[in-house]
Amino acid sequence: MQPLEAITNTFAQKKPAFMPYFTLGYPDLATSLDVIEACAAAGADMMELGVPFSDPLADGPTIQHSTQVALQGGMTVEKCLTAVSHLRARHITIPFMLMGYINPILAYGLEQFVAAAAQAGVNGFIVPDLPPDEADELAALSAAHNLALTYLLSPNSSDERIKLVTQKSTGFTYLVSVTGITGARQELSQALGDFIRRVRVHANGPLAVGFGISTRAQVEAVGALADGVIIGSALIKAVDAATDKAEAAARFVQEMVG
Amino acid sequence: MTTTTLPKKFGPYGGQFVPETLMPALAELEAAYLHYRADPDFQAELDHLLQTYVGRPTPLSYAKRLSAKLGGAQIYLKREDLAHSGAHKINNALGQALLAQRMGKQRIIAETGAGQHGVATATACALLGLECVVYMGTVDMARQAPNVFRMRLLGADVRGVDSGSQTLKDAINEAIRDWVTNVADTYYLLGSALGPHPYPTMVRDFQAVIGRETREQILAAAGRLPDSIVACVGGGSNAIGIFHDFLPDEAVDLIGVEAGGEGVHSGKHAARFADPAIGRPGVLHGCYTYVMQDQDGQIALTHSISAGLDYAAVGPEHTQLRDLERAFYTSATDEEALQAFQALCENEGIIPALESSHAVAEAIKRAPTLPPDHIMVVNLSGRGDKDLDTVIGAIGG
Repeated sequence: MQPLEAITNTFAQKKPAFMPYFTLGYPDLATSLDVIEACAAAGADMMELGVPFSDPLADGPTIQHSTQVALQGGMTVEKCLTAVSHLRARHITIPFMLMGYINPILAYGLEQFVAAAAQAGVNGFIVPDLPPDEADELAALSAAHNLALTYLLSPNSSDERIKLVTQKSTGFTYLVSVTGITGARQELSQALGDFIRRVRVHANGPLAVGFGISTRAQVEAVGALADGVIIGSALIKAVDAATDKAEAAARFVQEMVG
Repeated sequence: MTTTTLPKKFGPYGGQFVPETLMPALAELEAAYLHYRADPDFQAELDHLLQTYVGRPTPLSYAKRLSAKLGGAQIYLKREDLAHSGAHKINNALGQALLAQRMGKQRIIAETGAGQHGVATATACALLGLECVVYMGTVDMARQAPNVFRMRLLGADVRGVDSGSQTLKDAINEAIRDWVTNVADTYYLLGSALGPHPYPTMVRDFQAVIGRETREQILAAAGRLPDSIVACVGGGSNAIGIFHDFLPDEAVDLIGVEAGGEGVHSGKHAARFADPAIGRPGVLHGCYTYVMQDQDGQIALTHSISAGLDYAAVGPEHTQLRDLERAFYTSATDEEALQAFQALCENEGIIPALESSHAVAEAIKRAPTLPPDHIMVVNLSGRGDKDLDTVIGAIGG
């Protein structure tokens, strides 16, 4: 199956799709692969795999810490791509979105990066500091390899931005639940429903909601409105607290998908 | 309100590499800036404050003894060290704080490295009655303790940043995170001509007063334009501020001086243009420009004796000017800056900031090779009181 089609099929078959985020190389490379495998086995429909960057300005303390530890452990873009190959070799077939900042991708070389990602078995990219206005080249390369390039929207996005972003996003559109950075929140915004409805007016493709989601109740509430639910920091915290990291990840995913 | 927009890039450099949450805020900022830039009432208020509060125009001083000692070019010093709060930073801080006030934003956030921009922002906020939060790396807080105290005296909430390298780049990361979170009521007062559009253009415009004054003053003092202008380049706001008015005057050489740290091949410097193995085009803090980074695209740690030049990226307009060969960029080491610091103290009775001492160091290198009718202007961007502890540590008390 083509990488982009696999994402479309996932959203068609399962609503809402549950999409955990985990940082490649955290707390070390081998453990991160086990955690990701355990998430897939426990019922994750897709996964976002974090590519560490030294200056992750869209991330809260939990993900910042995880990427810093991964970098200290020697993680690189190259190793992230190899890690995806290893995950595919373990027969994990769910779509993988690579989530990383633009500078390490530029340093690798846009063309080489997209080609290597496609080769490794990546399905698409989320680049939080690359709005569609700056993404023409990466968008063209992604399209040429039939990979998704997913942009983000925020509750303060204007109708004009919503039109632009939903039109340019491929695979799905990533709705940030709050104006803010990643990290678990006690409560979700009451205005989230209005935000999702505002985006639906313009969007043909699936909408996944992330940032701030940490509990089963929040997953259900968001899942009733959106096509996908993304959790990152809460999974990392659950893994941090456990000795058997993979087992903790599996338990967390099972609890979230119910 | 006008709907026209400004160019987002300087050639291929600049742009808006930011989270989507900030795109509406940048559009709002650009629209407000365009509107008030053309508003005579706003300009009159800014000009009035620059005169009666900042002390503009700052003088252009002829460095007679230093020029004679070097035996070549005639050196003039543009005295931004005499601006209120001790550096050129106040020109931009006041301009943006007035803009924030007109936009109805009561809460100002800023980043600071050496503390000069933090002090300037805290000063402007105290003057205008605005709430002020300054992010500063905890390493910088330790080495610039007097400025932390100054900011607090001025009513600012100084927040230490413990992440990453705990210096300027991490302070900017944290300021951006704050802005993303509180974007509705918060104004981000960025301190140099970098970051996402429209900051590089707007900060340059607020600093361009330096070059406009210099033109008038050198014409009055020498009867003609200078042959060269020298300025230090961290983010590059003082340099672009003095260069801007002279860009069409191609006979005027423009020279930017980066921080050479312990030498540009030592790996311990902040000379983005000097070392192609580390300084390459990339994206940091919303802007495509020259960035110091490792092979994997992770941002490199920088080093300079002057905290204000200790930053991994350079303003995008400088990168364009370098490509166009309109400006020339070189570097001075920590050691050279310290020697220049002492030379200016002893020969002119001026204690310069260590940042500005890098520009003085370049003047000391060039002047003896130039004829006596060569006129050189050095932008003395700040005063050195804040650096006395560092200098005592380096050369002894």
